[in-house]
Amino acid sequence: MTTDTTPYSGHNMSGGAPPAGGTPPGSPSPPTEPDPEAGAVAGESLGRDAWRRLRQNRAAMVSLVLLIAIAAACLIGPYLLPWGLAEVDWSAFNAAPSLESGHLLGTDANGRDLLTRTLYGGRVSLSVALVASFVSLVIGVLYGAISGYVGGRLDGYMMRFVDIMYSLPFMFLVILLMVVFGRNIFLIYAAIGAVEWLDMARIVRGQTLALKQREFIEAAHALGVRDRKIVTRHLIPNAIGPVIVYVTLTVPKVILLESFLSFLGLGVQEPLTSWGVLISEGTDMMQSAPWLLLVPSLFLATTLFCLNFLGDGLRDALDPKTR
Amino acid sequence: MLTYTLKRLLQAIPTMLVVITLSFFLMRVAPGGPFDGERQLPPEIEANLKAAYHLDEPLPMQYLRYMGNLLQGDFGPSFKYKDFSVTELIAQGFPVSLEIGGLAILLALLLGLPLGIIAALRRNSGVDYAVMGVALAGIAVPNFVIAPILALVFGVLLAWLPAGGWNGGALPNLVLPVIALSIQQIAYIARMMRASMIEVLGSHYIRTARAKGLSERQVIWRHAIRPALLPVTSYLGPAIAGIITGSVVIEQIFGIPGIGRYFVQGALNRDYTLVMGTVVFYGALIVLMNLLVDLLYSALDPQIRYDD
Repeated sequence: MTTDTTPYSGHNMSGGAPPAGGTPPGSPSPPTEPDPEAGAVAGESLGRDAWRRLRQNRAAMVSLVLLIAIAAACLIGPYLLPWGLAEVDWSAFNAAPSLESGHLLGTDANGRDLLTRTLYGGRVSLSVALVASFVSLVIGVLYGAISGYVGGRLDGYMMRFVDIMYSLPFMFLVILLMVVFGRNIFLIYAAIGAVEWLDMARIVRGQTLALKQREFIEAAHALGVRDRKIVTRHLIPNAIGPVIVYVTLTVPKVILLESFLSFLGLGVQEPLTSWGVLISEGTDMMQSAPWLLLVPSLFLATTLFCLNFLGDGLRDALDPKTR
Repeated sequence: MLTYTLKRLLQAIPTMLVVITLSFFLMRVAPGGPFDGERQLPPEIEANLKAAYHLDEPLPMQYLRYMGNLLQGDFGPSFKYKDFSVTELIAQGFPVSLEIGGLAILLALLLGLPLGIIAALRRNSGVDYAVMGVALAGIAVPNFVIAPILALVFGVLLAWLPAGGWNGGALPNLVLPVIALSIQQIAYIARMMRASMIEVLGSHYIRTARAKGLSERQVIWRHAIRPALLPVTSYLGPAIAGIITGSVVIEQIFGIPGIGRYFVQGALNRDYTLVMGTVVFYGALIVLMNLLVDLLYSALDPQIRYDD
């Protein structure tokens, strides 16, 4: 927080810009000035500024690198490893991790390579995280933006609906959904996404309400800018910071939720696997083969750890108040 | 206060209606019926069974009947645990779940609050970093990972405590599940308490209290802690919901005969009435807890009055 800079100093990338404490908190946003080239150029500068601030946060950067590494391993790894997802090595059941056999992290009770399965499981867990977060993002942003921008009675009704949804025991409804419709990965995407949009809607609505009142929106109206352009050019770019932060905080929640369902036996189905499934299988075997529990747990915990760090870092980088 | 409580209870009605309606219709669109066994039942017998459970009536009738029964506390018969009604199963499981969950909340508060306060008072010291590091780990590692590891280490390797089972609620059987259930909440509460304590300690009236010569102890105990508790109080609602949800896996892992386990077993066995009954019961419980937390909040914060 020492290298306090105005948003515009993002243009000079020297980093060590002197504190220019001219910007009062709460009036941060560069892309909001109604100057002719505002749109694209200034929008970039917000991102560049945040990126510069994020790079100074070591924990967040380490987390980012680790996350990229895990994601890359899950994407590419299975192609490089000699074993398939459900391939049985008849010479190695419940084998401990060893270099000689080629099972770097051991095998499970069915002789399947644990590293391969963990990486495949990671694909499922990460894809659920991305898709479900995206679903919640789309629903939440649209719902919140409409509610906030239209305002009035519609806003009241829409938010009352969110309040009711909030007090539902969602976890249990999701489980009920999985029981009734069977275990299906698309259903998991949709169900989790449908659960997580509520906070997003509230955040976006709050942002929209606050921004709607600001002078630069009024100025845009006065200049005769059309509603749609105001929303896309001025409202959304300004609301995007908190939204990004909230998405990074949603992703670990979603991963956790999916693992939770899978752990209970309600998640993805064989032959597909996910970290939650592997942890659940590992729990049954933990006395004789503890690596079956530890390896997927380690992957899951590391990912959650990193996402939390990254989320915190992004919040600091994007939150105008911490400038 | 009374009017506010009544108003909140009235507001809970639509929420519960949504829960009940949603779960009722979800259950009805489920493929397959409760009597699809391994053996195909003769049509007459199936018809009789359906009539006995009123499944032959039109759907709106069934819905109204279910609602009517619910109002009398009757969740219907369990389809898989023969001879048991869902109400009986819940009545059996709830005391067990309540004991574990209640102890977990208590432990979370008893450990989380002091840890947060200490970390805030010794800000940026080794103690602070240690507490916050552990808290972060507690948040990142889900309870269904912590629980089996606890069971492995303390139940199997060290053999200090039973790794599972209930044993009529004996103390040694309680320790591990309660710890596993509360760790995440301890971590959240410690983090929130630290943050809000730091904010309060930086406020003007604390400076005033110091300036008028109060001892540090008085400043902290009389002036800082109570307002710092407010954000944590409002977190109690989600915390309780989290513990209730967590108890589902914890009971499963440690083999504890609470509602959570009935819920999972019911879900896996497609015992629709049991699952639905549990959802409705948990829903009511969470709504009720949220109300209690809000009332507690108003009791702690003199700025909030629920008079009108």
